[in-house]
Amino acid sequence: MTEPSATVPATAVSAESTTAGRALRAHPPEVSAAKARRWGAFYYAEQVLRVMKGYGWSIFLYSVGQPAAYLFAMGVGLATLVDTNAVSAFGGVSYIAFIAPALLVSAAVMTAATEFTFPVMDGFKWRRVYYGPHASPLTPEQIAAGQIIAVTLRFLLQSVIYFAIVALFGASPSGWGWGSVLVATLAGLSFGLPLMAYAASIKEDKGQFAMVMRFIVMPLFLFSGTFFPLDTLPVLVRWIGWISPIWHGTELGRVMTFGYEESPVLTIIHMVFLLALAWIGWVLTKRQFVRRMGQ
Amino acid sequence: MPELHSAEGTSNKPVPAHEEGPEPPHYVITAENLTKTYGDVTAVDGISFRVPAGESFGLLGPNGAGKSTTMKMIGGVSQRTSGNLTIMGLDPEQNGPEVRAHLGVVPQQDNLDEELKVRDNLLVYGRYFGLPMSYLRPKADELLEFAQLTDKAKSKVDALSGGMKRRLTIARSLINEPRILLLDEPTTGLDPQARHILWDRLFRLKEQGVTLILTTHYMDEAEQLCDRLIVVDKGRIMAEGSPAALIRDYSTREVLELRFGSERNASIGAELEGIGERLETLPDRVLIYTHDGESALEEVSARGLRPLTSLVRRSSLEDVFLRLTGRSLVD
Repeated sequence: MTEPSATVPATAVSAESTTAGRALRAHPPEVSAAKARRWGAFYYAEQVLRVMKGYGWSIFLYSVGQPAAYLFAMGVGLATLVDTNAVSAFGGVSYIAFIAPALLVSAAVMTAATEFTFPVMDGFKWRRVYYGPHASPLTPEQIAAGQIIAVTLRFLLQSVIYFAIVALFGASPSGWGWGSVLVATLAGLSFGLPLMAYAASIKEDKGQFAMVMRFIVMPLFLFSGTFFPLDTLPVLVRWIGWISPIWHGTELGRVMTFGYEESPVLTIIHMVFLLALAWIGWVLTKRQFVRRMGQ
Repeated sequence: MPELHSAEGTSNKPVPAHEEGPEPPHYVITAENLTKTYGDVTAVDGISFRVPAGESFGLLGPNGAGKSTTMKMIGGVSQRTSGNLTIMGLDPEQNGPEVRAHLGVVPQQDNLDEELKVRDNLLVYGRYFGLPMSYLRPKADELLEFAQLTDKAKSKVDALSGGMKRRLTIARSLINEPRILLLDEPTTGLDPQARHILWDRLFRLKEQGVTLILTTHYMDEAEQLCDRLIVVDKGRIMAEGSPAALIRDYSTREVLELRFGSERNASIGAELEGIGERLETLPDRVLIYTHDGESALEEVSARGLRPLTSLVRRSSLEDVFLRLTGRSLVD
């Protein structure tokens, strides 16, 4: 039994309880349904953001700590060697400016690899959190979209912090550098949404996500022109870059942050590639969610 | 908490007609020949029933009878294979969000958000109905009080016992003030005390005129809470009626339970012939259905039979189920 407290008088408990003298009444079901049809995805995003707030500090430290560590190690340590030996190989800018957009994009992709895997498994299987909202007016598509909206906001926030640190290191000489924040967010979705569709299809956890990290994310990170231009690699492995959202995002980011010279056609290809992959991922995710929750 | 009842005292009548339907839904739920198959398996095999507003309606049956599948179809989250189904006059497949907006749902497995605090679970859930925070904050406090969880408001869900989680799930299902509440095995896995607390809360809702649809494989739960129920087995309706009527129709007033030890239970049948109206031999005991258990027991003694234990009790839905299917409800 709770102690009678001054803030909640006993009468406030009854169904007749009032706020400012008015009876406490839910709006009618028709209104709920109409609102949910319109805003449902945002309602679910709100839930995901509330959960993220619970581990907000670790998100913040990850967002600040990771770029700071990488930029310091690579940009200050390694760069002193690189810059004295091969400036021309890196688009004529300092090594730190060369790798900064790559690290920004890679960080978003790595976040995608966690945010679009374990929470999806949690939603369908471990703690079945999707099935709560599923019984409400929300639809499976809206639940999927809500999660994507929330994670997109995380990408944006994380990339803004990352970019601010990059700018502090003086590693974004161009005035268009802020655009790399959007590029990183798009790259995160482009990698993350197909992964989300895959995660939604998994019925049994057999360590698939660890495999994704080891055999997809890591090779993409290393062979996507992150630390050296893609064309310094043998032709045999260059294809890894071509199909990698990290490479397309990184090249696009470089155009933004230091005016990296490449054919405009290639710039358009990067954008189309990232958008197309994200769109395919969304279509597949939506289908998986509807199928799995409609049974 | 008398205010809770009187506040909704007028709502024992059928719910008012809704504007959108051509005919006012006299029945809040109608199911006709409802069927659901998964591949070769027919989980629900052409069941029909109607539930008027304010009724407490139960689906009683063993595990795998098709109760949960039926509930999912009513809840608008599972598509039927054939048949007709309306909730508040709406087809859940055409108007999923509209149907679900009318309902409160307590699923068989709790799916609370364990990373959120107890009270936040209610707020977040209310947002799914587009309810404003100015309504949700006081409503959440009211429901926590109702669920006897006020002092746990700021705890993580992890820290709650099974019974508390169940009560929180029920509180969550009430956040939109639904007039229809779906409860799938609400007390399975709870200890007796937790079950009684939960029954009490459900009974209060019933008094407020909320239509309760519940599945259970506990006959005592069905007897406590249901005005009317259907007995379901293998996806079909075996019988329908109030608990008392079912017992009257399918069983006798009393039952004499005798145990002769597992060796003899099976063979003793012949020696008990003629006592009571009907005899049922189970592996662990023999049941004699009779209107007068004490006289039947005297008759057993008069025949020189000495059971290890004997018990006279009233008939229950368990007996109805046994009669209808030849099997026990649990196991």
